[in-house]
Parts: sequence; structure tokens; C-alpha cells
Amino acid sequence: MSTPILEVNDLKKHFPIRAGFFGGTTGYVYAVDGVSFSIAKGETLSLVGESGCGKSTVGKAILRLFDITAGQVVLDGQRIDDMPYGTLRPMRRRMQVVFQDPFSSLNPRMRVRDLLAEPIRNFGLAKDSADLERRVGDLMDRVRLPRDAVNRWPHEFSGGQRQRICIARALAAEPDLIICDEAVSALDVSVKAQIVNLLQDLQKELGLAMLFISHDLAIVEHMTHRVAVMYLGKIVEVAPKRQLFAAPKHPYTEALLSAVPVPEPGAARERIILKGDVPSPIKPPKGCRFHTRCPYAFDRCRQDEPQLRQTEDGHFAACHLHDLPAADNPLAGARGAAVIAHH
Amino acid sequence: MALLEVENLQTHFRTPDGINRAVDGLSFSVEAGETVAIVGESGCGKSVTSMSILRLIPEPPGKIAGSIRFNGRDLLKMSDKEMRAVRGNEISMIFQEPMTSLNPVLTVGRQIGETLRLHQGMSAAQAEDRAVEMLKLVGIPEPQRRVKEYPHQLSGGMRQRVMIAIALACNPKLLIADEPTTALDVTIQAQILDLMRDLKRTVGAAIVIITHDLGVVAEVAERVIVMYAGRKVEEAAVGKLFGSPRHPYTQGLLGSMPKLGSSLTGDETRLQEIPGLVPSLKKKLEGCVFASRCPHTTDLCRKVAPALEEKAPGHIAACHYAIKEAVAA
Repeated sequence: MSTPILEVNDLKKHFPIRAGFFGGTTGYVYAVDGVSFSIAKGETLSLVGESGCGKSTVGKAILRLFDITAGQVVLDGQRIDDMPYGTLRPMRRRMQVVFQDPFSSLNPRMRVRDLLAEPIRNFGLAKDSADLERRVGDLMDRVRLPRDAVNRWPHEFSGGQRQRICIARALAAEPDLIICDEAVSALDVSVKAQIVNLLQDLQKELGLAMLFISHDLAIVEHMTHRVAVMYLGKIVEVAPKRQLFAAPKHPYTEALLSAVPVPEPGAARERIILKGDVPSPIKPPKGCRFHTRCPYAFDRCRQDEPQLRQTEDGHFAACHLHDLPAADNPLAGARGAAVIAHH
Repeated sequence: MALLEVENLQTHFRTPDGINRAVDGLSFSVEAGETVAIVGESGCGKSVTSMSILRLIPEPPGKIAGSIRFNGRDLLKMSDKEMRAVRGNEISMIFQEPMTSLNPVLTVGRQIGETLRLHQGMSAAQAEDRAVEMLKLVGIPEPQRRVKEYPHQLSGGMRQRVMIAIALACNPKLLIADEPTTALDVTIQAQILDLMRDLKRTVGAAIVIITHDLGVVAEVAERVIVMYAGRKVEEAAVGKLFGSPRHPYTQGLLGSMPKLGSSLTGDETRLQEIPGLVPSLKKKLEGCVFASRCPHTTDLCRKVAPALEEKAPGHIAACHYAIKEAVAA
């Protein structure tokens, strides 16, 4: 495998909780607590999980929107988590982000032309004003918006069109890596399909690497090469897409797949309905963090924290069940088909 | 006679730049004990429909016309006082946002008890007992303790359970659920959908569920109404709608959704796109409402609005070209 474009090693981000008159720290929110993964050039890795699992915090930590508590973020061989801000700037150009809400992520007082020209000017990419104009025009073509729309304001566009502008803005800096933080979640079904197709086309044309943060497993399955599943600040399973959907090796992944409603009335599928809620990341449970909701938990899960280990080629899971003999391991077989129910 | 009969419902809003025809000539009915889903994308009028049924639309700027017969009585002709006796008692509603639809300064028990004291004349003590019962019914652990808690002490999923408890407290005949699981995580959504299916069996209320998620529709509904630009474009039993959709919009919606498990069956095709945008509802629409985005549009579609026709037994669609099967007379 070639050198990855992005490597994240044992990333931790703990947010202090301040209380009282003097604002003393009374505890920590363990939002991200030891996350490692890498993304190859041109690859899409999806980070999935429910709200509060820390997936967005991982994205923001990579972009260095805040400093991390511990760990390393390595972009194309260079550590960027402790880089001084002066040298960080050219590295920032290489990773761009598309956020969820296209209504709040565009400055309403800037025309589309200026929105797109800003990153080009910032990073000094254009040789002269004619080059700048040409680049803006190219970006409009890339995201399939009419070129003459550059003189319009953000409010004149629909949600889907605005998301196209956000994507064009991310592309303007000519990045190697794009982080999509729930980039299609706020869009209507038919518009979502347009943006998903656009992102896939762009990735193929430009050879971009992508970190696709989402809670929507069906979209993830459609978009991605590999999937990492997060629960309470940790990655519980990473695998190539087909392996993960065919044979999930972590009970949480299995439950997530089983919980997604499929548009097939009367589909015969096994239902795993998790009890209770996600515990608080302020006091994560001892042992395996998932044991409070896991249908297969046994004594060891309440004591020992399982580490992420390879169960088969390229497939990693953090679960004690895989230490049991295969006959006692409910996740030994290809469980995907049973919980998704595909005919 | 159906439990709820909506006929030619028109909910229009006066705005500075013209009349917004949010719902324009919608008719449907719901039988006792039935689950009907109304689906569509944002702005199609599905939520306005539910608000119109309970007359929660402020007038002006809104204006509701047509008729909404519930148990034979026209809700639109009732006085405000009569209407208040219906809301929360015979028809109740669950909203999308469990965070904002509960009162933050009242205990959960008080909020469940409120409808009981108001509609059923219970005393405070009786109401609290019944509130505990309701919390138990919707699967909240330790109901005796929870009944004295405030909304902020509960998680999102539990708050939605409380909303359901409030809605079901008076044994309504009709429950309207407006995007009841949209704000929730998938595993919590699965819990709530499971609860709704269970409660339907035990309580027996008819349910109108409003959603944009076709997956949710497939899981809970018996009959489906697809709305587009304020109108009904297709209606069928859930199996038929997903099995053989007739209207190009429904076909487009189903095609634009990625299917879970697509990587296993190998049908990872490109998602189908519906080009263009929903037309503005402020202009009088001529011809078929979907004509500007439909892949099969002809001149006829642009000029003449297609009527809702029965294309197969119990399967209605508004399209000139949808294939028609022999319908038994």
C-alpha cells in the first residue's frame, strides 16, 4: 500500500467541564478517546455512528479547528497536530471541509464569485485576475452550476445548489483530502441523490481522498471504500465496505444495520433492538463501552476493555466475542444478510 | 363511514408576494385502526395537512377550505370550544421535536396529567396514577421516579416516549405523528417505531404518520399517500406502492434512495436523480405539477392536469401515462 494521505494515531480530545464561580474544571467529556485510522490517496473512508459518538470531533481535530489532547494527525507524512500556525497554513490548503448546513456555511453578504475566489486568493493559487476568473468559471462547471450564476447571492439558491457552492469552495483550494461532515444529511431525498452523485464523480475525476462523516448507513454503503464505526469516542470496527455489510464483527454494527428502516415492506429480517440510550461520554462505562446495551455481553465485557484487533484480512473489531470458540460466537457467520434482509 | 374523511382540502397562506397554495385540493380517508403514511419532500404540504386537520393553522394568514369529517362531524365547522374538546382527546398529535414540544418548567407527570384532568375530569392524584401507568406503557423504566422529573432530565428518545404517552393518555381514536423519529438516532428510531407498532396492537388507534423517510413508511404503514407540490399524486397499499409505483415522482423517489445492502447484491448502480426543483406554489400551476421534472413529459402534461385515476384496484395515481390495469367495475 502506498503512503496514506492521512494518518490518525491514538487521537484523543477531552473537553473540560467548567463549573462554579471560578470556573474550575470538574471533569472531562471524553469525546474522542483513542482513535486511529488512515486514508489512502483517492480513498473514501466513512466514519459512522450516532449523535455524540465523537465522529464530528474527529473531523474537526484533523482540520485543527482546536488543539487535540493527545495523539498524532499526520498529513502526507508530516505531523500537523503540533505544527506552528505559520507552517500549518500551506498544509491547511490540502484538506478542505464541507459541512452539513449549506444555509449557515456561506456568508450571505458575499456573491458566489467572491465566495469561490476567496480560497484561491488566500492560498495565492491564481497567477493574475484572468486566471482567477478562469478558475472560478471552471469550479462552476465542475459542480454543474451555470457560469452566469457567479454574480448571484447565496439566498437566491436552493439548499442543494448551496451545497454545490460549498463543494466548489472546498475544491477551489485544490485539496488532496475533503472532509464531508454530514454533507448530505440536511437535504431532501431527490437532492441528496444529486449531491451524492456529484461527490462520487468529483472523487473519480480529481482522485480526492475523502473522510465521509455520516449517520446514514445506506448512503455510506453507496459512497465509500471502507467504513469505521464509532461508539462513545472509540472506533469499534473498521473494514472494507463489502466485508462490513456482509459480516459485521461488532454487535453494535450489527444492531445499527438492523435498525435502519429499509424501503421494502414486509422484508423478513432479524431485528435487534438495543435497549436504553448511549451512556454519557463524561462517565463512559468500565470495560467495553458498549456492554450496557450489548445483547451478547458476558462477564469479561464488564471488566476488560477490548482492543481493536484484526479478525480477518483488513477487518478490525474491538470485541471479546472473537476470543470465544466459533460455536459460541454469535457474530462468527455472515450476519449482514440476516439483519439487512436483502432478497 | 371512514373515521377521517378529508375532502378537497385547501390550505392557503397569504404572503406579501402572492398566495401560497401549500395544500391544494387534497382528499383522503383513514379507516378506524388503520395506519396511513403521508410522504413527500420538504414543502410538499404534508405537515400543513396535519396542522389543518387539528386546525392549528393561524387564520389569517392561513385559510383552510374544504371539509374534514371526523366521525361524521366536520371539524372545520366546529366552534373553538368544540374543537378544544377534540384536540388531545379524540385526535392527538406527536411532533417531530421532542426537545421543544415539552414544557421545560413542568414535570413530565404534570404534562401527561394535564390532558387527563382537562378532558376526563380526573383529580390531580388520579391523573398522576394514570401518568405512571402511561409511562410504563411506553416503556420508560422506573416510571414512579420519572413522573416527577423535568424534560431536561430525559434523553431524546425518552422525551419522544413521553410525547407518545401524552398523546395516548386519553385513548384517542386518531393519532397524528408528524416526523416522529426524524430527530432521533437510528437505534432510538428503531425503539420508537417498535413501540408504535406495539401500541397500535394494544391501543387500536388509527395513525396518520407524516414522514419523508420511505424506510419508515415501509416499516409501519398499511396505506401510503405520496404528496408533491401540495397535491396527492399517488395512493396505494404499502406493498403495491413499493412493488409497482405508478407515478414518475414516486418512481424517482424510490430510485434516488440508496438501498442498504447494495454492496452485497452487487447492484451498486448510480443513484437516479430527479432533475430540477419543486415548482413555486405561489403561481397557479398549469398542467401536471410534476411536468417540469418528469422524464416522460409531453405537451399534454404541460397543458392538462391529470386527474387522480384508479390505475389498479386500490391504486390511485395522477399521471396521464401511468399504465392502467383492468379495474373491476
